[in-house]
Amino acid sequence: MATILIDGRPYEVKDGQNLLQACLTLGFNVPYFCWHPALGSIGACRQCAVKRFKNEKDTGGEIVMACMTPAEDSIRISIDDPEAVGFRASVIEWLMLNHPHDCPVCDEGGECHLQDMTVMTGHAYRENRFRKRTYRNQDLGPFVNHEMNRCIQCYRCVRYYRTYAGGGDLNVFSSHDHLYFGRSSEGRLQNDFSGNLVEICPTGVFTDKTLKNHYTRKWDMETAPSVCVHCSLGCNTIPGARYGKLRRVRNRYNRDVNGYFLCDRGRYGYEFVNGPLTVQAPLAKTSRAPEPVALSGEEALARAAAWIANSPGVIGIGSPRASIESNFALRTLVGPDNFYAGLSDKDFEILNLAWEVLRNGVARTPPLSETAQADAVFVLGEDAGNTSPVLALNLRQLARRKAAGLMEEAKIPTWNDSPITRLAESEKGALYLATPCATSLDDMALKTFHAAPPDLGRLGFAVASVISPANAPKVADLIPEELRLAEKIARALKSAARPLIVSGAGSKSRTLIEAAANICTALRQIGRPAQIILALPEANSLGLAMLGASGGIETASGELLSGRAATVIVLENNLFRRCSPETTRDLWGAAKHVIAIDHIVNATTSRAELVLPAASFAQSSGTMVNNEGRAQRFFRVFSPKAPIKESWRWMRDIMGALWRPEAAGWHGLDDLIAAIAAAIPVFSALPSAAPGADFRRAGGKVPRQSHRYSGRTAILAQIDVDEPKAPEDPDTPLAFSMEGDHRQPPSALIPKFWAPGWNSIQSLNRFQQEIGGPLRGGDPGVRLIEPSPQAKARYFTAIPARQVVRVGKWVFVPLHHVFGSEELSALSPGVAGLCPKPYVALHPEDAAALGITEGGRARVDVDGSAYDLSVRMVPTLSRGVAGLPVGLPGGPALDLPASGKVSRGIADE
Amino acid sequence: MDHPLTANIRPGEGPPDIEAYGKAGGYRALQKVLKEADPKGLIQTVMDSHLRGRGGAGFPTGRKWSFVPPGDRAAHPVYFIINADEMEPGTFKDRLLLEGNPHLLIEGTIIGAYAIQADIAYIFLRQEYTLAKRSCSRAIARAYERGYLGKNILGSGYSLELYLHTSAGRYICGEETALLNALEGRRAIPRAKPPFPPVTGLWGKPTIVNNVETICNVPIIVEHGADRFRELSRSVDGGTKLYGVSGRVKRPGLWELPMGATIREILEEHAGGMRDGFKLRGIIPGGASTDFLAADQLDVKMDFDSVAAAGSRLGTGTMIILDDRTCPVGMVLNLIRFFARESCGWCTPCREGLPWLARILEAIENGEGRPRDLDILRRHTGLLAPGHTFCALAPGAVEPLQSALTLFEEDFNRHIRENRCPWRK
Repeated sequence: MATILIDGRPYEVKDGQNLLQACLTLGFNVPYFCWHPALGSIGACRQCAVKRFKNEKDTGGEIVMACMTPAEDSIRISIDDPEAVGFRASVIEWLMLNHPHDCPVCDEGGECHLQDMTVMTGHAYRENRFRKRTYRNQDLGPFVNHEMNRCIQCYRCVRYYRTYAGGGDLNVFSSHDHLYFGRSSEGRLQNDFSGNLVEICPTGVFTDKTLKNHYTRKWDMETAPSVCVHCSLGCNTIPGARYGKLRRVRNRYNRDVNGYFLCDRGRYGYEFVNGPLTVQAPLAKTSRAPEPVALSGEEALARAAAWIANSPGVIGIGSPRASIESNFALRTLVGPDNFYAGLSDKDFEILNLAWEVLRNGVARTPPLSETAQADAVFVLGEDAGNTSPVLALNLRQLARRKAAGLMEEAKIPTWNDSPITRLAESEKGALYLATPCATSLDDMALKTFHAAPPDLGRLGFAVASVISPANAPKVADLIPEELRLAEKIARALKSAARPLIVSGAGSKSRTLIEAAANICTALRQIGRPAQIILALPEANSLGLAMLGASGGIETASGELLSGRAATVIVLENNLFRRCSPETTRDLWGAAKHVIAIDHIVNATTSRAELVLPAASFAQSSGTMVNNEGRAQRFFRVFSPKAPIKESWRWMRDIMGALWRPEAAGWHGLDDLIAAIAAAIPVFSALPSAAPGADFRRAGGKVPRQSHRYSGRTAILAQIDVDEPKAPEDPDTPLAFSMEGDHRQPPSALIPKFWAPGWNSIQSLNRFQQEIGGPLRGGDPGVRLIEPSPQAKARYFTAIPARQVVRVGKWVFVPLHHVFGSEELSALSPGVAGLCPKPYVALHPEDAAALGITEGGRARVDVDGSAYDLSVRMVPTLSRGVAGLPVGLPGGPALDLPASGKVSRGIADE
Repeated sequence: MDHPLTANIRPGEGPPDIEAYGKAGGYRALQKVLKEADPKGLIQTVMDSHLRGRGGAGFPTGRKWSFVPPGDRAAHPVYFIINADEMEPGTFKDRLLLEGNPHLLIEGTIIGAYAIQADIAYIFLRQEYTLAKRSCSRAIARAYERGYLGKNILGSGYSLELYLHTSAGRYICGEETALLNALEGRRAIPRAKPPFPPVTGLWGKPTIVNNVETICNVPIIVEHGADRFRELSRSVDGGTKLYGVSGRVKRPGLWELPMGATIREILEEHAGGMRDGFKLRGIIPGGASTDFLAADQLDVKMDFDSVAAAGSRLGTGTMIILDDRTCPVGMVLNLIRFFARESCGWCTPCREGLPWLARILEAIENGEGRPRDLDILRRHTGLLAPGHTFCALAPGAVEPLQSALTLFEEDFNRHIRENRCPWRK
C-alpha cells in the first residue's frame, strides 16, 4: 500500500497504480477520455491533469497527467488546484471547438461520457467563432453507426479494435486537427467484437445501429440484469426494453466473467425477441383442422392435461437453451426417468463427458476472465472465435500479457500502454492451437497444428504422456514431427505458472475432451497447476448436464417407438436442428401427441399438435449454468403479454390441472429454486446466485426504470388517460417502476450502471471495489463445482488410431460460425444478414481432384441423405476431411462427425 | 582548425570524395578509436569535451551515450540514429554538412556507434533534402567499399551496418521518439518517457538519437582531444557552432564560429547587418520555436546558457530576423500555421489549440480581430506549456507568440483597433 496526499489529506492506495486509477477508486471525480481500465494509459487527451507538488514547501507545483503518473508513496497532488481545474476546463474547450454539440439528435445523449466530463470540468462558454471541421461518415455494416463529426480523437476506438480485439480494418488516418477514425473504405467492420466500440467511444461517433431502428434514451429504458443466451460462457448483459420491445443489449461488467466486453453475437443477437417468429398464443392443430388455431391459456392447459392423463406414458425433452428452472419443471412433470436432454445421443454423450471431466477431474475451470491471465495455452480442437468468442478475445491477450511481464521487469508500469502494445506486436504468447483448420487465433499462435479430430486427439494424448511419461498412456507410432510438437507444448505447459487447456464440444469429438483431461491429470501428477476450460454449445448446456437426463433425442424417440410413452413435451427446443431427419420422422411417427413449449416459431413448433407460448430470456427470470459451472440468475427485462409465460409456469399449471402435488408450492421462482436445491445436491447453492424476491432495500424493490424515466402517465394515453398499472413481478426483487432505491444494489441485481455525474457506462467505476476490480460486494454468480482435492488421477486410455485418408471415404467435421451457428441470434436481422449460406469446405487439392473449382457445387452424401452444397476452399483442412457448417439457417441438420461421400455437384456437371 | 566542421566544405563544388576526405585527415579519428578499443574512454572524452546536442535541446552528448546499458547488459541490436530530419523553419545548418561533407558525418556516426557498441545505424533524412540523399548514399557506399562499414571494420572485430532512411516528411519526425515510431513504420507520434530510448528505443532496443551537427563534431573531438575542442569555444560549451541568419540582412547565410559568438558579431560582421532601408525589430535566435529577442539584445552570446538567460533558447542557432517592414503578427501567424499543420494530432492542446491560435491570428491579420482575441492568445501561451502537452512541439510553437505579444503588443493592438494590418497597403 502507498499513502498519497490529495489536497492535503492522506489516502491509502494499492501499489502499482497510476494517479487516475487511484483517484477514481477513492471516489474522486477526475475527468478522462483516452484512458480505459482495460486499455491502460497513453497520455493523449490531457484531460486528467492534476497538480503535483515536490514537497510541502512547494506551493507552485506542476501540472501532470494523472493517468501517466505513478501513485507513489507520499506523492502530493491537488485535484482542486485552480490551475489544474482551469486546464481541465480548457481541454474540454478545445475538444468542443469542433464537436458539433448535436446532443438532442445524438443517440449517445444522456449516456455520453463527453457530456459528463464537460459538466464535470465546468466548461460552458467558448469564444470560438470559427467554423467547425466536418467529415464524411462511413457505413460500417449492420451493427455500428459512424458519425465522425462528433469525434474527440481520444484514440480509444483504434486502440481497442486493433490492439485488444485484433481487428485490422479500423484505423486512424490523416493527422493534426483532421484525424479520421474509420476504415480505408466503407464496409462492414470485420471484427466480431466491433460492438464494443459503442461502449468504448466516449461520445457518439460509434453508436448501436440496431438501437437506432427502435431508439429509446437510456433513461427511458427498463433494464434488468441478464445473461447472454448465445453461447455457454454466460457473459453478463443489461438488455433494455420499452413498450414491450427489446431495444438493445449492453455489457454488464462482471470482473470474473466478461469484464468490459461482449462479442457481437451477444450484443446484437437479441432482436429475435421482437421478431415476427415469436409464439404469441397457444396454438393447436387437430386432424380435422390441420391449420393451427389459437386457444386461450385455459383451453390449452386443459388439452395438455387431458393428453397427459390419458397417455400410457409421457416423456419430456429438455433444452440446453432453457433455464434450470424450466428444465427442472419439465423433469418434475414427466419424472426424472422420462426426462431426456434435447440433444442428439452423440452430443449428449459428449456433454456428459465434459460434465464428468469437470466434476471428477483434477483441474479447475477458471472464471472466464482468468483465461486472459493464462501464460501458456493449448487449444485442442475448439474454434473458440466462432463457438465462444469472448474466450478467444481473452486468449488474444496472451501476447499483451507477456509484453506486460517483460515491461514490468524493466520497471515500466503495466498501465503504461504504448510500450506494451509496441512490444506485443513482436512478441507471441505461449499459445498452441490444434484445430481441424485455421481459426481466428492462428495469427496469435506460437504454433498451429491442423488435422482431423482423431489426430488432434493423438497430439493431445502425446502431450500428456510427455508431461507424465510414467503414468499417462502412450501414443503409438507418433511421427517425429508430432512428437517434437508435443514436447514443445508439454514444455510450455510445464513451465507455466497458469497453464490452461482449452477444448470443448465444438468438434463433437470425445477424444479431444479426453486428451485435454489427460493433460490436466498429467500436469497435476507432476505437481504443476492445471486449468481446463471446455467450451460448450449453449447457454445452459452444463446446467442441463448437471440436471441429468436419461438420454438424447434418439433414445427418447426409441422410448416412444417402444410404446412405453405416447406423449412428448418438447421444451424450448427445435429438434430438427439437432438430429437427423430420420430421427425426427420416427419421433413424430411414434408420438401420439407432441406438445412444444417455446417462444420462437420453428420446425418443431410448426409440427407440434399443441404449442404453448413461452417467455424468452428477456421476459422471464431464471438461472443458467455457464461452462465454468457458475450459476447466474437472469431477470425479466419486460413483462410478457398474457398468455405468454415462463415455461416452468406452464409446467406448474399443467401439474396443477392434473392435481399433482409436486408443484403446488411453486408460487414464485424462489420456491422452485428451493425445490431444485433440495432435490439435486449439486444445485444446493442455487438460491445464492442472487437475492430472492423478498429482498428489499429502503423498504422497496430495486427499480428497473431510471430515476428519469419519462412519460409514465402518458403511455397509452391515447387509449386511456388513467395511468396503466405497472406489471407485477412476484419472482424477483426488481420492480417495474422508477420508485425505489437507485443506489448500488447487491451485484447480481444491478439493473443499470449510473451514478451521480456519471451517466455513461463509465459510471461503472463507481460500482467497483477498485478500478478494474470486482463489483462492490463481490461479482455475481455462484460456482457450483470445484475440483475435489481428493480427486484421483484417472487417465482416459482410448487413444484413437491415426486418421486414415481413403479415396472416396470422407470424414465430415463440424465448422462453426459466430454468425449463423447459434440458433437464436441467427433469427435477429443484423446477425441474420451475416450468416453464410450452407456450404461444404474442402481442401483445394481435394476439390481439384473432384474437378470442383472455387464457388462450384458438390454433392454430399451423409447419413443416408444427399445435399447439394456450394464449395469453399479451406487450404488448412486436411486432405480427405471435409468441413460442414453447424446450424446455419437453411443448412442440413447432421449428426457430425460422420463419414460419407463428396462428389461433383449436379449443377456443376 | 578554427573551422573544423566546414574546413573541407567547398560551396558550389560538391562534397569531397572519400580520397579527398582521407587526404585531409578523414577517417583518422575512426582508426584511432578502433585501435584504442575503449568505448568507455571514448564516451568519457566526449563528456570532457562539453559537446552539447546541436538539435536544439543542448543535452550533453557524452552523458546521453552513457545511458545505454554497457556491454552484455544491453539487449542487442543496439541502434545509433542520426536525426537529419532538419525541418525547423529558419534552420538549414545540417543541410550544409549533409550536402557539403557527408564523410564527416559518416565517420562521426561510426565512432558514435562504436562508443555505445551499436550494431545498426540509421541516418533519418528529411525527404526534401534530395541533394543530401544523393551525397550521403554515395558516401555510405564508398565507406562500405573501404571497410569503414560492414563486418569487422578495419579488422577491429567491430561491425556496423549503416542505412540511409528518407523520411516521408513530417516535422514531428524530428522529435526523437516520433522518429523512432516513423522508422518502425508507425504513425509519427512521440512516445511517452519512460521508457527512454537509450534503454527501450527502436524496436524496443537501446537506441541513441543524435543530431547531424552534433555527430560531425565527434571526429574532431577524437582527433584533437577534448581540451582542444573546448578551447575552440568562447563559452562553457565545447566546440564551434554553425550559426545562420535569414531575413532582410545584407548577406543571409551560415557561418562556423566559436560557440558563444554574440548576436551582434554574427549579424553585423558576418551577415553584413540589415539591408538598406530595413530596421531590426526582433530576433528569433534558434529556429522557429524559440522566443523573440528584442533589437537591443545584440550582445547576447549565442550559447545555450547565455541565450536562456536572455529569455529565449539557443535552439539550432539559426536566427530569423524581423525587420520593420514585416508585420510581426503575420510572421507569428506564419509560424503558428506551420506548427498547427505539423502537429501529429496525438494530444488535445496541440491538435486543437494551435489551429485555434492560427485562426485567431489570421483573423487579426485580416482585420477581423477582436480585443478578447489577445486574451485567448495570451491564455494559450500559458496553457501550451511543457508538461501540459505530450511533447515539446506546442510549447515550442507558442514561444515566438508569447514573446511577440509582449514585444509587439502595440502592433497587435493596432491590428484590432484599425481593423486592418497596418503593413498591408
